[in-house]
Formats: sequence, structure tokens, C-alpha cells
Amino acid sequence: MFRIPCPFCGERDEHEFVFGGQAHIARPEPAGQVSDREWAEYLFFRDNPKGVHLERWQHRHGCRQWFNIARHTVSHEILAVYRLDEAIPDMNREETV
Amino acid sequence: MEKYSFAKILYHALRGHKRWQPAWRSPEPKKSYDVVVIGGGGHGLATAYFLAKKHGVTNVAVLERGWIGGGNSGRNTQVTRSNYFYPESAAFFEHSLKLYESMSRDLNINVMFSQRGVLNLAHSDHDMEMLSRWTNAIQLNGIDSEILTPQQIKEMEPVIDINARFPVAGGFIQRRGGISRHDAVNWGYARAADALGVDIIQNCTVTGFNISNGMVTGVRTSLGDISAGKVHITVAGHTSVLAKMAGFGLPLTSMALQAMVSEPIKPALNLVTVSGAIHMYASQSDRGEIILGAGADVYNSYAQRGSYDNIESCVAAFLTLYPGFSRLKLMRQWAGVVDISPDTSPIMGRTPVQNLYINCGWGTGGYKAIPASGDTMAYTIVNDRPHTLISPFSLERFESGALVDESAAAGVAH
Repeated sequence: MFRIPCPFCGERDEHEFVFGGQAHIARPEPAGQVSDREWAEYLFFRDNPKGVHLERWQHRHGCRQWFNIARHTVSHEILAVYRLDEAIPDMNREETV
Repeated sequence: MEKYSFAKILYHALRGHKRWQPAWRSPEPKKSYDVVVIGGGGHGLATAYFLAKKHGVTNVAVLERGWIGGGNSGRNTQVTRSNYFYPESAAFFEHSLKLYESMSRDLNINVMFSQRGVLNLAHSDHDMEMLSRWTNAIQLNGIDSEILTPQQIKEMEPVIDINARFPVAGGFIQRRGGISRHDAVNWGYARAADALGVDIIQNCTVTGFNISNGMVTGVRTSLGDISAGKVHITVAGHTSVLAKMAGFGLPLTSMALQAMVSEPIKPALNLVTVSGAIHMYASQSDRGEIILGAGADVYNSYAQRGSYDNIESCVAAFLTLYPGFSRLKLMRQWAGVVDISPDTSPIMGRTPVQNLYINCGWGTGGYKAIPASGDTMAYTIVNDRPHTLISPFSLERFESGALVDESAAAGVAH
């Protein structure tokens, strides 16, 4: 359990937010030339790191805005909070075993 | 292997229980094995057992980075059932249930498999319609399943409140479902595999793979390199981490799933009761503890701990149905890291790397699959071709689109 610093409302309990999965997944284009393998990657395959995960959250019971966070999947430490249209912030994203 | 029996207990009791032999050896790893199984949980141990027992492959190592029974195999809620909707799942889990029925005899260890019945509850007419459809599907798959009225449920489970906040509208039961002792299942497979010559190596972390020309030739571990003819990954929540070391991705998300037990009380619950609508499942162990299962924390996590609000909602749901237990204290609470696949069905079989096999994606329901998973994966590893029971669960299904969408896999919605 952790607190998430909403970029619009400030730090709130995890309770108020909804997880939206891995961030930065781009839809492959053009659709007609996308192979079955690429569709599978886009729809189903995920990074699932043991380490820093870039992910989307929505402050559903607050401002209802979507944003990205970088969170460590073991310690739940939040290393960065950034807008959906911002580039991935610089940070050490080395994974553990 | 020292055979367990009543006479043996008597023999050792008279000698103060000081002469029991360890149930399995703790050997140093050899330089090379025919098959290396990564993961000493129930699935890995069962695979090693069936490799040795059915296929005569005894030059096998099971590498466990912690201790036997310390991961999800010792963190589950011990439920076994085969009440699945789709024929592919039903065939697989029915095979597993049958292996559970004979497990105590097969492994010469009492796994305390108690077929007390698994009851699924409905709380509205619409729930009831869905359960009827589900029951019909189970019966068409040739598996026992019966619709019950609220009065029948009350007779079978007197402490349930059928007029609760969400009244019980009915349910269905699989009478052959039940619970067993998970430690005994792990220890039983470990002991039986060891007796057949399998090396069980604990405190050994795999840190990488040796791969040449797309074929795995060994594993790198904290105890040095071990070469292997074939390698099998069966590590639940950490599968993505190992697959990445081997150079391929998987459609998995790891999450923390919690369970908890109350202080022990005299026998009060007869059945394993599941309610998808109010999201709880509960049973009573032979030690008297009420075992409760919560939902997963729905975000990526490799932490073996979950959030308090999940514990609260689980306990609240349980108490609406069983208000008489409101004074019970929770004794222990824990979490395991589970790997959830997009269709909540397992992923089993070959991988993009030759001679490297996976068994993962069990999500919230892997315990019940242990024996069948070991049996079918041993066949798959030996023959380099998926066993017919698991061919629908290959990694290729995410490209072909032939998903086995068992969102009912855990009996509760996630």
C-alpha cells in the first residue's frame, strides 16, 4: 500500500486511484501491414519488470485525470510522476533477479 | 526412502522420534544434468517426479532459490476443483483432480485431501442464471456439479446467513472438490522425486542462461554454471524475469495475491464456499483455522505483501455471510506473487529457445493443477511436443487468437 502524488491534487492514498497498466505502448501502424506477432505484442505482451515499471494511473476518486508514474515493483517507491505526453524521465532502471 | 506407515510412527514414537531420516537429501549440484527444473514449488517438484517415475529420466536437478514450500506452494488456500467452463480447462483440471484423489497412496504421504465439496454462491436471479449456464457446461464436460436452493445450502452449511445483505439466491456444488494440506503435497513430491534420484538443490538462484545458436545448453547460478540437456522454467511470479534472461517476452503481469487464516476453532465450516459477487472464498483447515482468500492487488508487484484495504474487504465480505465469526482474530496474513495471463489460463510448453520449456500464467489458481502440470510437462519435455491436454495452452495462442478465456479460473473476478 502506498501514496501517489497526483500531479494535479497532491499526495493521496492509493485507494483513490485506478491502475491503467504499462505506459508508452504504441499502437502498430498501418493496421493492414501489422503481422499477427506484432498484434500479439501490442495486445498481450508486457514488460513486467522486477524493478522500475512505467505505468499509467487515473485519479478516479479525485480529479479523474490520467498520468504516468515510474514505480519500483518491489519497494513500491515512486521515482517519477509525469504527464502522458512527456518523455520518460532520466533514472536508473536496472532490474534485480 | 523410508516408507511411512502407522507401524513406522509407532516404531519412532517408542524411540522419542529421534531417528527419522530427512525426507530428501541436500546434495551439491553436479556439473551436468539431463534436465534442470528451475523452481522448487509444487509444479517443479511434480515435473521432476513424473520425469523420473514415468519416463525414467532421473538425472534431474530441481533448483530452488529459497526453500521447498516457501513460495506460492506454501502461500495458497489449498483448494482443488475441476468446475471449469471450457472443455480444454475441464479436461486438464479433471485429470489433476483425479491425481489428487490418489496422491496419498501414490506418494506414500498423507496429503489430507478432503473432498468436502466446493460451493459457488449466487446472490441474484441473474447470478443464478450464470451459475446454471456454468453448471450445465461442467456437466457437459462430464464432471459432477449440482444446483442447490438456498434452503439446501443452509442445511449443508448451517452457520451461513442466507438472508445477508446480499441474500443467497442459490448456488452450485462440485462435491468432489475440496482442500488438502499444501505442505504435504510439496514435501510428498520432493521426497518421492528424491527417492528416484532427483537432486533437490535449495538456496540456488538462477542468474542467467547459456544459449548457443538458439538452443539452451545450461544455466548460470549462484552455485556456479550447470550444463543441461533441457531446461524447464516453472517459477510462477518470477517467470518474466527468467524469460527476459533467456531473451524472450511473455504476456504476463505479476501481482500480489493475499490470503489469511483466523485463530483455530472447533469444526464449524463444512464446505469450501466461494462467492464471486461479493468476492470472498473461505474454508476451514484440519487445524481449525478459517482460511480466507482475498483479491489480488491490481497493479504490478514483486513484493510478497499486499494492501490492508484488500484484507478489510475480504474480511468484510466473509462476515456478511458468516456474521457469527465476527469475534475471531486473524492469526496470520501473507501474500504471494502470482503471474496473471491475459485470458487467466496457464501458458505451458515450448518457448522460442530450443530445449527451454515454460509452465506459467497460473495466476491465482495454480495449486489445484500441481499433479497434472507435472505429468503433462514431463511428457512435453521428454518428447519435445506438447501433451494433448496442454496443447491449447501454448504461448502461440496469443498470436493465433485461440484464447481459453477462463475469467472464472479462480472462481472469483479479478
